[in-house]
Amino acid sequence: MNRAAAGHPLAVPVLALGDVLLVTLQGELHDGMAEQLQQDIAQRIARSTVSGVVIDISGVDIVDSFLGRVLSDIAAGARLMAVRTVLVGMRPAVAITMVELGLTLPGLVTALDTERALDMLATAPQLAAVSVPAERKEARDAGLP
Amino acid sequence: MTDQVGANEAAAAQVCSFLQRRREQIAQRWADASLFRTVFTLSREEAVEACKAVVDALADVALSGRPEDIAAPAFGTVRDQLGRMAASRARAGFTPAQISEEVAALRAPVVELLRGEFTDSSEATAQEGVLALTVLMGSLRLVVMETALSAGEELIARQRLQLLEVATPVIKLWEGIVAVPLIGTLDSARSQVVMESLLEAIVAQRAQYAILDITGVPTVDSLVAQHLMKTVAAARLMGAECIVSGIRPAIAQTIVHLGIDLGTILTRAGLADALAYALAQQGIEVSAHRMARASTR
Repeated sequence: MNRAAAGHPLAVPVLALGDVLLVTLQGELHDGMAEQLQQDIAQRIARSTVSGVVIDISGVDIVDSFLGRVLSDIAAGARLMAVRTVLVGMRPAVAITMVELGLTLPGLVTALDTERALDMLATAPQLAAVSVPAERKEARDAGLP
Repeated sequence: MTDQVGANEAAAAQVCSFLQRRREQIAQRWADASLFRTVFTLSREEAVEACKAVVDALADVALSGRPEDIAAPAFGTVRDQLGRMAASRARAGFTPAQISEEVAALRAPVVELLRGEFTDSSEATAQEGVLALTVLMGSLRLVVMETALSAGEELIARQRLQLLEVATPVIKLWEGIVAVPLIGTLDSARSQVVMESLLEAIVAQRAQYAILDITGVPTVDSLVAQHLMKTVAAARLMGAECIVSGIRPAIAQTIVHLGIDLGTILTRAGLADALAYALAQQGIEVSAHRMARASTR
């Protein structure tokens, strides 16, 4: 039993679809929830076989610097455990606001929707890899099994 | 001082009653003036009616005691008509100065009529009356000019909006590939519209690749480059890869000279190259149909 399942009413649910973790963010994310989510994802990755994490933010109205950092942190943490993170479902208005604010989320892989993200994670690793560290990680990842 | 005010009011009231009494005569004379004659070409009656409306408005303004006030409510009733007249003259190729001159030409016949009334009256009253009438006609001229200019501004604003909408089509080139051919100077307002329509198209077409073609952009400075980079970043956040194409040699050199770093942006020389890249990335191969060629020969 992890802590999310133990009955934290405010925790963000982390669903497992095969070997992919699906996180759907809705509305606002508080500090406590963000930290909880990071821990949940890290523990799920450590416990079971996970090939990728998909974070759906189609229900999020605004992505500020805090949420941007949380997402980057989740991706960075997952990358350390050889798991790719894909951010999906950003709305056009949110993207425009983020660009105007100068938040471009470097190092995060993005996809239009969950279906695309799952395709991306299922196909050859170099398709999803954009930044150099991710490529190195995936090369190592491919060499492991 | 109070005498002066009283005299002014008396003159204004005099002008008002004069305008109301001689309404028909003034209208007939104005209908022959070039401004009304050329605008109302259909019938003379129509011109006379239009003149009467203007005379009535002037009489109301004179009655209000503020002949110099161009915001007087009485002008509101004829503002539309005056605006149409000015617009019609402007379409005929007249400059604002010429239109103003034509409106000024309306003054002479009225003043003449007013002077005719005063032959038996004392000089001072006549002078006051003519002065009040002149001020009133000056206000009319200003109202016409103001109406004409504001109509022009409206037109410009509407056309600017149309230009924004028309000039940025998003074209679907292939399944999952959209392109925006940018034409003309990219300013902040236009790049915003481009960004919005591109992002909407990415969602609607489920596009994985977006091509920004800048062949039609005359110059690229640091501001334009910044706009491009913003658009590319926004498309990337949506999960689409952006390719900037149509970079002419001169523009490439300008970018290098300005020291703009487009290193994070994928660039191609032409739209065809960008499309080829996007197709190749999707694993689509374009080749000549050998069978068809063999059968025709």
